[in-house]
Amino acid sequence: MRVTIPDWGLILMIGASGAGKTTFVRKHFRATEVLSSDHYRSVVADDDRSRQTSTDAFEVMREIARRRLGRKLHAVIDATNLVPEDRRRFIDLARDCHAPLAAIIADPGERACLAQNEQRADPRPRHVIQRHCRTVRRSIKGLRRESVRRWYRLASPEELREATLERQPLACNRRALSGPFDIIGDVHGCFDELLELLQKLDYRVDRRDEAGGDCRFTLEHPDGRRPVFLGDLVDRGPESVRTLRLVMDAVEHGGALAAPGNHDAKLARALSGHDVQRTHGLDRTMEELEKQPEAFRERVKAFVKRLPSHYELDRGRLVVAHAGMKEDLQGRISREVRDFALYGETTGETDEFGLPVRLNWARDYRGRPCVVYGHTPVTTPEWVNNTICIDTGCAFGGRLTALRYPERETVSVDARRTYWEPATPPAEPAGDARTAQQQSDELLDMKDMTGALSSHTRLLGTVRVGRKNTAAALETMIRFAIDPRWLIYLPPTMAPCDASPGPGLLERPKEAFDHFRTRSVRHVICEDKHMGSRAVVVLAADPDAALRRFGVTNDAAGVVYTRTGRRFFDDPAFEALVIDHVRRGVADAGLWAELDTDWICLDCELMPWSAKGGGLVARHYAPVAAAAATGLDAAVDALAAACRRNPDNRELLDRYRRRREMAAAYDAAYRRYNWPVDSVEDLEIAPFHILASEGAVHVDRPHTWHMELAARLARDHPVLAATEHRTVDLDDARQVEDATRWWETHTERGAEGMVVKSLEFVARTSGSPVSPAIKCRGEEYLRIIYGPEYTEPRNIERLRRRATGFKQRLALREFALGIDALEKFIQGAPLREVHRRVFSILALETEPIDPRL
Amino acid sequence: MLLTITTTRKPATDLGYLLHKHPDKTQTFDTGAGKAHVFYTEATDERCTAALLLDIDPIELVRGPNPVLHDYVNDRPYVSSSFLSVAMSRTYATALAGRCRDRPELAKTPIPLEARIAAVPCRGQDDLVQRLFTPLGYETEVEDGAGGSGKGRYRNVTLRATKTLADMLAHIYVLLPVADNRKHYYIGDAEVDKLMKRGRGWLDDHPERNLIVRRYLGHRRALTSEAANQLDAEAGLDAEAENAENPAGTRRKEHPTLHDERIDWAVETLARLGPASIVDLGCGEGRLLRRLAERPEFTELAGADASAWSLEMAKHRLRKARKNRAGPDLDVELFQTALTFRDERLEGYEAATLIEVIEHIEPNRLDTLEEVVLGRIRPAILLATTPNREYNVLYPGLEEGGLRHRDHRFEWTRAEFRRWTERAAERRGYTVTIGGVGEADDTRGQPTQTGVFERCG
Repeated sequence: MRVTIPDWGLILMIGASGAGKTTFVRKHFRATEVLSSDHYRSVVADDDRSRQTSTDAFEVMREIARRRLGRKLHAVIDATNLVPEDRRRFIDLARDCHAPLAAIIADPGERACLAQNEQRADPRPRHVIQRHCRTVRRSIKGLRRESVRRWYRLASPEELREATLERQPLACNRRALSGPFDIIGDVHGCFDELLELLQKLDYRVDRRDEAGGDCRFTLEHPDGRRPVFLGDLVDRGPESVRTLRLVMDAVEHGGALAAPGNHDAKLARALSGHDVQRTHGLDRTMEELEKQPEAFRERVKAFVKRLPSHYELDRGRLVVAHAGMKEDLQGRISREVRDFALYGETTGETDEFGLPVRLNWARDYRGRPCVVYGHTPVTTPEWVNNTICIDTGCAFGGRLTALRYPERETVSVDARRTYWEPATPPAEPAGDARTAQQQSDELLDMKDMTGALSSHTRLLGTVRVGRKNTAAALETMIRFAIDPRWLIYLPPTMAPCDASPGPGLLERPKEAFDHFRTRSVRHVICEDKHMGSRAVVVLAADPDAALRRFGVTNDAAGVVYTRTGRRFFDDPAFEALVIDHVRRGVADAGLWAELDTDWICLDCELMPWSAKGGGLVARHYAPVAAAAATGLDAAVDALAAACRRNPDNRELLDRYRRRREMAAAYDAAYRRYNWPVDSVEDLEIAPFHILASEGAVHVDRPHTWHMELAARLARDHPVLAATEHRTVDLDDARQVEDATRWWETHTERGAEGMVVKSLEFVARTSGSPVSPAIKCRGEEYLRIIYGPEYTEPRNIERLRRRATGFKQRLALREFALGIDALEKFIQGAPLREVHRRVFSILALETEPIDPRL
Repeated sequence: MLLTITTTRKPATDLGYLLHKHPDKTQTFDTGAGKAHVFYTEATDERCTAALLLDIDPIELVRGPNPVLHDYVNDRPYVSSSFLSVAMSRTYATALAGRCRDRPELAKTPIPLEARIAAVPCRGQDDLVQRLFTPLGYETEVEDGAGGSGKGRYRNVTLRATKTLADMLAHIYVLLPVADNRKHYYIGDAEVDKLMKRGRGWLDDHPERNLIVRRYLGHRRALTSEAANQLDAEAGLDAEAENAENPAGTRRKEHPTLHDERIDWAVETLARLGPASIVDLGCGEGRLLRRLAERPEFTELAGADASAWSLEMAKHRLRKARKNRAGPDLDVELFQTALTFRDERLEGYEAATLIEVIEHIEPNRLDTLEEVVLGRIRPAILLATTPNREYNVLYPGLEEGGLRHRDHRFEWTRAEFRRWTERAAERRGYTVTIGGVGEADDTRGQPTQTGVFERCG
């Protein structure tokens, strides 16, 4: 006997003690798939066999079964399961988990059970076994009532021994079909439009007339595309019968798929003789059908009843259902799943027009599979959280729409006329320039900011951020970061080059170049490392463009924010002036047209340092200079006096004089980067990455392109500044030498240093991406990092022992996340995808690293 | 970083005996965080000056086995701070103890002394050094250190008095870290003993006693009150009677603060409306939750706040409150979260409170807050409070147009609050009752505005 069971789900073994259930399940299932009551009684209570032990054991089994069914695995219940009450709780469990259920009844007869019982170490009394066997027979009759639809009875020892088990996927599991598909929205009997749409999609539709006015359709596509109908084939439109005929033929002979709609289901009920209200166009369909032969009506009824509620396609990447499907119901089976597929999620209430109040499941959809559905007419199909409704109300005089998958494009034809007046007045255009996705993005979910986060990135695969980091970053993000709709990017940290082996300078260009050379990057660019504060500028051409693209706007139609996502300027009016300046620069350089965009995201350095760091300078850097001068002056005076009495103090005096000089050098070093800012014109903004604009993240452009655009932005501009730079072929000793000399004179003149990047924005060595940038800073500047006296040989030798590797790896992860955030943004992905990556960057920045590399 | 001590008592070179350091030698000692050099800048019969110079290793402070700082750029190597006190106790231990083998009498004799301390951090509190030393009988001279934009933060201090050397050293030992207010080591119980030992005989009568104790003990409350008790016990005072004067004391103030009144209002309102489960949105350190936890009628509580630190405090508070609770078991959960994001964990409570929270949200995020609180959490009851801006003019400390707290993004007039609450209630299907908390002014209303939202249907 062949026993066909679902390829996952609850399998209920039923049989008397000694019937051979355990032998059967051992033969056919893996040990982990089986939950045996004998085993769990021992697990919870060793040898105790009281009633309480059984209760506890079954509770544990149900809990384990719940977890396994949640994962779409088998849970085989190896227990007698003789009485309805025993079975009830497992049957309920299967329903709660929307899991398929099958029962296998081991019923080899009383003799066999008794014989088996004798073999046991602790045989049960005969009358118990006999009673069991009687109960089994009775059970079989009751199973249907207990809504067990699928069961097998193995009625002899031979059957039990020889039965073969076949695992069959659920009908909704069509993951093996990978398309391409053309998913077609609610047709509602609009046959002419359907034909036109199919032709527009390049299908060849043939019609062969058969005897008795019957006809057959064949549907073929030159590229083997497969149509998928989203249901509601009938009602309202003029030709439900022909529509049904075409779709049924296509499904039964042409490899098409169809999901049932609520209208189809209602029709099937009507055809089965149920008393249903013939409203919403059903009367029209029934009228048509009544002219058809009985056989056709039977065919329709059987067809609709056979359809699974929804389909999982393309290895689970695509789900189609008439009214949509929540993630936790996908690929499952239950009354609830079917109702969801037919009607969507409803509150159970009805609105003023007597229509059910629908919950917006798509707004909260977070699943990976893309969901295509219909059911609710929309003016224009729009993606929301990777779902799309393509019912464009053809019967109401709208359009009939198909979605091409995997291309994700829609193709529509207009309705030839209005076949049915809608019950609700057509939805007013919301007066909202925002897309449905943007409206849904207004509310992000804490799930994307709590606990360990992982994001898939194009450059590095999965990037994980630990729970500790997210907890540490959460408050910063919540309390200080700008509106997440503007926050589409955060810059990565930057690692310094390895320390020079010395003597002398701590950082030298050689090590920065070596970093790239050892990673087989030959062409690099050296950019002046401005000493200011990192600033990201996101701006739109005008407030309308901002609203359209970001779903939010402000007076400035843009933002300037820091590397931790805070607004750069506390005064919105000042921020607006800054943004106006940058916007003028973008316009004057002709970038709106050149990049074909109405918004842009720029990565910049904003000078002076004191514009943002002013507080820090006053609180932290300046006091150290004052303390050093005060303390060391006193020390030098005292030592000079001591020296006059005792020349042995000479050495100490000289050392303190040197310390005093270093303190003076530190004073000069930090002051160099400060100047007062009274107006916007006192600022200097140097853009160095033209990060993104409409439809493009410019990481495919070399840095020379970015530098050239930046130079154009800065040309004749009062605030924007260009960045001095040079490209270096690392195989050319002369170029390397020239660049080194440039760095030396540059830093001697007081510049911070340079940033060395691979010429390609994203360079790879044997497949893995290389650090985006390595900084190499000048001797004087580093006093601000390592303290006034770091140049003292004794100090610098110790500071050379620094591990830069960790910070380099951190920078790379942040770089990957940042690029991905922008890419998600330009793709119009749900904002949470963007924000999770941006937040992950902030969280990674809470990682404690060697102080101040 | 430098302490010089001068005496003019002849023969002045006897200072060498008192300090146990030979005037013709330069000696170097290890102080843990670096070295200390002791040398004499002058040594004649008339005048003798010993210098204690700190030589702190700036790199070791950050990278040493016991790092005390995490920033290479810091003033510690250059200032006179607790590092100098530690160096004094290592190099001048016998003098600090008032012992002297060769001149025992001299150690007990007040002699004319002058101490100069270089680079004492005072962070703009100009008179602090005067307030600390003058009451002890010093002629105190304070001069600005080297200029620069950090001007005013570091002072060179000269102290003159006729005292025993041990007294002067003890004063400096205790008061330097007090002036600096940043100790470099972990402050444990032993510090109380040190303070008692070095402060004996002068600290108790010092007019700045409380400030000295508080700062010396690094603002650790438990230690501070223990020290206060010990001092009081030593002085034979009734600790109870002194409590009101004692800033570290725990007795409650006579007048309830506005904060207390708000919490009373929330507890009473909730008790009247009778929900069993309540989530306090923006619970901070759990002051409201603690009060709710004590009442048996509330059985399920939750707190939500952005700050992990505040939630830790709240957890601690609630642990204590549970002990005072009579009645059924209490279910409490704390969530680190934001009110401008959806958080399913907050959904399902009957009542929610937003006590002094909305004014911390950027105005352009208020719609989102409304969606989260009234759209998603959708409690049957919501209590909201916020400052009444009109009332601010009655606060003398507040400059005109100023807000009550640095983190307030706005404060509303009564009309503005009414507009917001009524619109939100209307859109979300609630009724709202507006009221206030605090002493009412005829024209400006009450300092706190309240709104009680109740869900319709």
